[in-house]
Amino acid sequence: MFAKGYHDLGTPAATVTGRVVTLEIDGTSVTVPDGTSVMRAAAVASRDIPKLCATDSLKAFGSCRLCLVEIDGRRGFPASCTTLVAEGMKVRTESPKLTELRRNVMELYVSDHPLDCVTCPANGQCELQDMAERLDITSTRYGLAGSNHHHGELDKSNPYFQFDQSLCIVCSRCVRACDEVQGTFALTIHGRGFDSQVVASAHESFVDSECVSCGQCVETCPTGALVEKSVIRIGAAERATKTTCAYCGVGCSFEVEMKGDQVVRMAPDRNGHANHGHACVKGRFAFGYATHRDRVLKPMVRATISDPWREVSWEEAIDRTAREFKRLRDKYGADAIGGITSSRCTNEETFLVQKLVRAAFGTNNVDTCARVCHSPTGYGLKSTIGESAGTQAFDSVEKADAIIVVGANPTEAHPVFASRLKQRLRQGARLIVIDPRTIGLVRSPHIAADVHLQLRPGTNVAVINALAHVVVTEGLTRDDYVRDRCEADSYAKWKKFIAEPRNSPEATASITGVPAALVRGAARLYASVPNGAIYYGLGVTEHSQGTTMVMGIANLAMATGNLGREGVGVSPLRGQNNVQGSCDMGSFPHEFSGYRHVSDDAVRGAFEAKWGVGLKAEPGLRIPNMFDAALDGTFKGLYVQGEDIAQSDPNTHHVTEALSAMECVVVQDLFLNETARYAHIFLPGSSFLEKDGTFTNAERRIGRVRKVMEPRTGFQDWEVTVLIANALGYPMRYRHPSEIMDEIASLTPTFAGVTYEKLDRLGSVQWPCNDKAPEGTPTMHVGTFVRGKGRFFVTEYVPTTEHTTAEYPLLLTTGRILSQYNVGAQTRRTDNVIWASEDLLEIHPHDADVRGIKDGDWVGITSRVGSTVLRAEVTDRIQMGVVYTTFHFPESGANVVTTENSDWATNCPEYKVTAVEAIRVVHPDEWRARHESSLRHTTTA
Amino acid sequence: MNLDRLVAMVNDISAFFAGESGPDAPAAVANHLRRFWEPRMRAEIVAAHRENPGALKDLSEVGRNAVAELAKTA
Repeated sequence: MFAKGYHDLGTPAATVTGRVVTLEIDGTSVTVPDGTSVMRAAAVASRDIPKLCATDSLKAFGSCRLCLVEIDGRRGFPASCTTLVAEGMKVRTESPKLTELRRNVMELYVSDHPLDCVTCPANGQCELQDMAERLDITSTRYGLAGSNHHHGELDKSNPYFQFDQSLCIVCSRCVRACDEVQGTFALTIHGRGFDSQVVASAHESFVDSECVSCGQCVETCPTGALVEKSVIRIGAAERATKTTCAYCGVGCSFEVEMKGDQVVRMAPDRNGHANHGHACVKGRFAFGYATHRDRVLKPMVRATISDPWREVSWEEAIDRTAREFKRLRDKYGADAIGGITSSRCTNEETFLVQKLVRAAFGTNNVDTCARVCHSPTGYGLKSTIGESAGTQAFDSVEKADAIIVVGANPTEAHPVFASRLKQRLRQGARLIVIDPRTIGLVRSPHIAADVHLQLRPGTNVAVINALAHVVVTEGLTRDDYVRDRCEADSYAKWKKFIAEPRNSPEATASITGVPAALVRGAARLYASVPNGAIYYGLGVTEHSQGTTMVMGIANLAMATGNLGREGVGVSPLRGQNNVQGSCDMGSFPHEFSGYRHVSDDAVRGAFEAKWGVGLKAEPGLRIPNMFDAALDGTFKGLYVQGEDIAQSDPNTHHVTEALSAMECVVVQDLFLNETARYAHIFLPGSSFLEKDGTFTNAERRIGRVRKVMEPRTGFQDWEVTVLIANALGYPMRYRHPSEIMDEIASLTPTFAGVTYEKLDRLGSVQWPCNDKAPEGTPTMHVGTFVRGKGRFFVTEYVPTTEHTTAEYPLLLTTGRILSQYNVGAQTRRTDNVIWASEDLLEIHPHDADVRGIKDGDWVGITSRVGSTVLRAEVTDRIQMGVVYTTFHFPESGANVVTTENSDWATNCPEYKVTAVEAIRVVHPDEWRARHESSLRHTTTA
Repeated sequence: MNLDRLVAMVNDISAFFAGESGPDAPAAVANHLRRFWEPRMRAEIVAAHRENPGALKDLSEVGRNAVAELAKTA
């Protein structure tokens, strides 16, 4: 069932052609786009036609025969879902004959359907029930005693929803949703005629099938056959509130359906601009962490990190926080303290934390977790095209002809966008995957990459240079575009550099491991289509040359004319829900909101005037610099909101040593995370369900987060920051996050037109949103680049210093999986653990064989900085010489082995390349104990 | 601050600007350090340049010239 209160128009909107058609429906004139179905036109005119197999998220199917209509001049009773409107058409949606036909269909359905509606979980939201009521079906001429499916199987295997065959009307909506929307093709109709039934994969239980639990089948089911277990457990929702998902950077819109203070379900919003009604297993179902027993709901303090925690009142916790930061500031100076903002918190909360640090602490020592993911995106795109953000809306992919996915794994990390991408690929767009692993997009049902450049980790820049070399030397550049829109000098310099033979695919093949012919084919494909689009992820940024690679991507897009319109562009896929927003809000130590450097007198002056305090003109410390300064004895206190640096940042031992060296660490989080082990004050956080605010997704879309329940701790996170500021003697007087957004808008040109009223009215807006673009900017750099002329940069390939040796012969690279999210703090506390309850080490069969490692064995991993132990998954998804793992589970200690190597421009860690050795381990507990004891040793050192 | 780490960072920055800026690379690196390095980091490497240049022996040529450039305005 779709979201409560949604008006289903029956079939999708017509492809926009600009032509409109006027017809008459039940005597009323209706004008709709050409290509619209009669069913949709009638719904638009509030003349909804009965239907069961049709829904506006799926192509018309024409199977249920309920939507028959009469059309003047046409014989018979055409199905309105498959009949398109025509100029002057006259349609009747009701007549005695139509009623007779529809009643007959409904009587057949009812004859094979349990009549216990009152106890059915779909009661009140069942389309079959609605149709029966509408057609006044109280009995069936076919009787109820015949053959039926009343004793069909009940599959409760999935933790979040169940499938009850007895309630299924075999309308195929679930099958089509899995095919058309999700693109997994996990469901099918098995058997024929009366024996037809929906089955998962090869007649397996849902949980054992290929189903990825996106919930689209449940959303689209017209009856109670597929229904959320939470609906069964809690009952029908009483109200619904629109909000934005707090998982990945796709930023899906949901209706949170509530009964009392309980979340009944998260129903994807079909009007959602980012997701258009789709969702994934995390956003759709994994919200249980918000009420998990591990939530810490009261503030806690302790004198030292080896002491037990002591619950205290909010007053005491805030007072102590303020006193400690004042003490450290007085004793060591303002630059001895700082803060870290969170990409999981709202824009308003992030803005307030950086304001607290700059204005109340008196330092620019503020950074954000984007430091360790997309900071190179900010630097690279700002330098080349003028803005630190992706260039497109997600909808743009519908017009792409060739798509490069590099260093990203959308089916796992950005699943809703992946589904959109796969829809476009099934329509015929071409795909180039650049990744060391054989990710899901390389081959999945009805999808196959045209080219997979399976490069060695750490060689991205050599590959992008080789692609550009082919484009330049084979005359595939768009010189007219470049002449109009880019700097001539920088283009000439870059063109000369990139054309050098050392950048050719043949010359770089020995570095990258990619056959030259594949690179040449990929370059020709990307450059020869009308619209080439590039999507990338952390496999681009988390390298010592992350920024260079981002610049290389921008160079390639500019040289081929692939920026500034729909269907093209450079699109970073952001890992967390508000990575874009946290960067926009001035979380980096060198810049204010809107990416303006702190040394800019005019900008700084505006902030000083608004905030009533002098601000520093020098950049502050980045996160890794804070750690180094702490070990050096010059950084003493840290306020960390919503980030688990002890788990997510590289070289865990270094991080924990640094935290241990500080005199006051304040952690604000939902749970006692790994960082809290080193904290002196713990301030309980509020979940996205408990707060108002906004998130900004990867397409620069600002969406509202709306409070659906009272904060379980008593305060929303922004209120806690206000309390700290006030206790520090720097008054903050916000009554609602909308007032914080008003301040952001007043200080940030790209947000100047953003108000809560506008967000409520439009649903969402993409920045820049200002006088020039009052309703936002879906596509950036149209006509001209934000920086004026686009600038090419010479992108010399510089090998990472993290190379293999006889001692460390394998390269470890890291990534994410579908069911878990980031450090797992949320998803580990949901039923998602049935799909993954530990991080695994992927190892190629050859590498496993020579080490005597078998699938499932424990494997010790040792790098130059640390060791950990993981269970092996022997698979040829990974190439020889490379191993792969995730970082969702703290006990795995994936970041115990990663090093502090980092991007030259931004210090983004090089998570993607760590030289390691792997050996089979007989006693994993000894390895675990070694890891644990080293952490304990660090803690008490 | 760990001086070896600062030296490594300067070398990484220099490797990029050596390709991008050619003879102007030291100035470009120095500008990058001014814009993105916190003052105590700059002060530390400038102090080493002035007082203990042997500690910077692992700096690349571009890096060494960049630190010298930075020292002029520090």
